[in-house]
Amino acid sequence: MSAPFANLKTIPRRLVGAFAVGVAATAAVAVLGLMLGMLTDIVIKGAPHTTWSFLTEFPRNSNMEGGIFPALAGTTLLVMLMTVLGVPVGTATAVYLSEYARQSSSLARMVRFAVNTLAGVPSIVFALFGVGFFIQFIGKRIDAFTGSSAFGDGSLLWCSATLAVLTLPVVIVSVEEALRAVPRELREASLALGATKWQTVWKVVIPNATSGILTGSILAVGRGAGEVAAILFVGVTYSSEVLPGAVTDKFMHLGYHLLVLSTQSPDVEAALPLQYATTIVLLALTFFLNFAAIFIRSRLRKA
Amino acid sequence: MAKDHRTKIHASDFSVFYTEKQALFNISIDIPEHKVTAFIGPSGCGKSTFLRSMNRMNDLIEGVRRTGSMIIDDVDIYDKSVDVATLRRKVGMVFQKSIPFPKSIYENITYGLTLNEKRSKEELDHIVESSLKKSALWDEVQHRLHHSAMGLSGGQQQRLCIARAIAVNPEILLMDEPCSALDPISTAKVEDLIAELSSSYTIVLVTHSMQQAARVSDYTGFYLMGKLVEFDKTRTVFTSPAQKETEDYITGRFG
Repeated sequence: MSAPFANLKTIPRRLVGAFAVGVAATAAVAVLGLMLGMLTDIVIKGAPHTTWSFLTEFPRNSNMEGGIFPALAGTTLLVMLMTVLGVPVGTATAVYLSEYARQSSSLARMVRFAVNTLAGVPSIVFALFGVGFFIQFIGKRIDAFTGSSAFGDGSLLWCSATLAVLTLPVVIVSVEEALRAVPRELREASLALGATKWQTVWKVVIPNATSGILTGSILAVGRGAGEVAAILFVGVTYSSEVLPGAVTDKFMHLGYHLLVLSTQSPDVEAALPLQYATTIVLLALTFFLNFAAIFIRSRLRKA
Repeated sequence: MAKDHRTKIHASDFSVFYTEKQALFNISIDIPEHKVTAFIGPSGCGKSTFLRSMNRMNDLIEGVRRTGSMIIDDVDIYDKSVDVATLRRKVGMVFQKSIPFPKSIYENITYGLTLNEKRSKEELDHIVESSLKKSALWDEVQHRLHHSAMGLSGGQQQRLCIARAIAVNPEILLMDEPCSALDPISTAKVEDLIAELSSSYTIVLVTHSMQQAARVSDYTGFYLMGKLVEFDKTRTVFTSPAQKETEDYITGRFG
């Protein structure tokens, strides 16, 4: 034992225990306080500005007036397209890992390693990947092949694809968990009735894991809706007077709008209430999605 | 060994290994057609492993190997040309833990029927009714066929699983301790059912209860540590067993 702590020996053990409880409780209360303080601040400063017209109008005057409707709509379109692109791939991967792969097989271990690595990659790296892979590699080739120029630039489509890759680990992990929770007896009963492996997976295992697949999708949507860094250069735009009319159009996004308001406005002070109001909308959206996922998951546990 | 009836299942020198551990040692047996054959023995003696070898359910477990042959109606079921799904339609199975699919009673029974072919509603209705009647469940559920099967009692669920198994018209029914989770009244119902079904199906039953084997089976095989110690008519096994181990087990000296 090093010298400064030597005198600890003389302090009664009960005192050390009480001290530890004190530190732990203070930390816990501090976290609660931070959270409440932050939310209160946001609500007080943002609520007066969070009006119906703020939600339904287009921005005017370099985002300094009007509402955030295109950002709200863009975020919604983004996560919808992301879900359509990512959930099937994630579900298929989870089905492979849970139902088909031998747990010791090197392919299964490599896929698991890839999933874990993907989950740990900083989101700005996904943005670069989106530009390099989706826009430069795939998009440009589609353009060269079809003679169009729509795919070789940032767009709603490529943002959705990038976010789909980013949220894959969330989908894979929760779907696999749900698939594993399907009782072995159900699989055996199906196989014993002469169903093939695939028929069993399709007709028994997946239907019994629907809530898990839904939970995974919602968690992915929650993650995707709040993500900004990953779509920075992939097709999000700082202001738009129209909604995207095609998946190859650029679009506005709540999180990016927040970034724009706080860094690009002509008058930062005047933009503050707008920032707070946008934050409320963004938080409400992600909280709602997360609570929906928790709700569905708890229903699943009970069933 | 008894040979009064046509042999339905013929195993010879059949052994099973779980990775390194041998679970069954050179089992040779002739299981008669349209009779109830019971397998008894202490836990871990291999009786369930042998049962699950007859419809190749053991194939699902990683690291299982087997040697020897298992012949049903002159076909070696482990031959490469055998389609496992087709085999399992012919060799139905009822499990210890009866889990209906979380669907309606009707859909539970039609599940196996509609896997590979479209059938008319009339045909399905007819099979559902006859399967439920054969499994003595029709009177209890005929007015709620489209309700969830999860609302049935444990005994009813097990009979539904039997109905589900016979709906695909198998020739053999394997039953793996079908009554171990049931109360005495439900057990009696399932046992009556087994007796009735034996006129149309070859039934192989694994049971922990010697009384049950004595009550419902025509033939009994006694397994011990992966070996088939004795196989004969049930009456013979229980009244004058040929082997000392069998006698010790049925008189309750161990097990």
